Amino acid sequence: MSEDKGRYQPLSYYQLMEISLRELLVEKGVVTDEAVNAEVQAMRSRTPERGAQVVAKAWADPAYKERLLKNGTAACEEIGLEIPALKLVAVENTPQVHNVIVCTLCSCYPRVLLGIPPDWYKSRNYRSRMVREPRTVLEEFGVRVAENVAIRVHDSTADMRYLVLPMRPKGTEGWDEAKLATLVTRDSMIGVALPKV
Amino acid sequence: MQPQFVTRYAAALSPEFRTGEKVRVRKTAPLGHIRTPFYIRGHVGEIERLCGAFPNPEELAQMRDGLPAVPLYRVRFRQKDVWPDYRGPDADVVEIEIFQHWLEKA
Repeated sequence: MSEDKGRYQPLSYYQLMEISLRELLVEKGVVTDEAVNAEVQAMRSRTPERGAQVVAKAWADPAYKERLLKNGTAACEEIGLEIPALKLVAVENTPQVHNVIVCTLCSCYPRVLLGIPPDWYKSRNYRSRMVREPRTVLEEFGVRVAENVAIRVHDSTADMRYLVLPMRPKGTEGWDEAKLATLVTRDSMIGVALPKV
Repeated sequence: MQPQFVTRYAAALSPEFRTGEKVRVRKTAPLGHIRTPFYIRGHVGEIERLCGAFPNPEELAQMRDGLPAVPLYRVRFRQKDVWPDYRGPDADVVEIEIFQHWLEKA
């Protein structure tokens, strides 16, 4: 409702339901307003920089990359990222394989690493077409995947969450992790963009 | 076969499939909250890895505990098998998490 310019807008069905449910939970003592606000704050404070930190470390440290691919959850905890209940599977882009993430059933997304998902990730268009015609959808994102590179679409349907480990761009030799992390965008960790120098 | 994530629930079913094994997704349409997409039902793929054992989401949706936990696999399907008119190389795949009770030997 950013476009209402101060005019009165009736509440939508789901807004009304959210307010009613929240007020009831507070009234019954199940949660407090403070706890709800704290959770909203926490969700807003998580940004893709967290995921970028993981990718940059994997680029800089081959042993860490091995651990990340083996167990993404343990690798995040190792560098002090709190990722409650997240079962993270990192999938590695190589010269032979390009990975991309979608959740066809709803919009499962590694929020604790990438923050709030973009609207297009939740759209019916992306969710239905990314499994059906990934090459066309990737081209719409500006990513042309060569015919000799296999595309692996990961449909995030159950308890795992996925993070694409993009390829480290050429021309970044000798960069430290902090500088590398600046190249790692949200979209490159979903698989719909490539990091560029 | 070692699962990628070790979970500890009071009860869990044993894994029945190995990495590399061919499996078919059951083609049924039960009611309720199902985490197996329609588009993959009836198709044959290959076990990519065992993720671990997790509470059955179909039971969780009914406010039950989902135990015994059910082995969850990532299954790899060739795009050309899933979509007969798929445009792209043979090597393109889609990988999906599927619970064991949705799979049978192919």
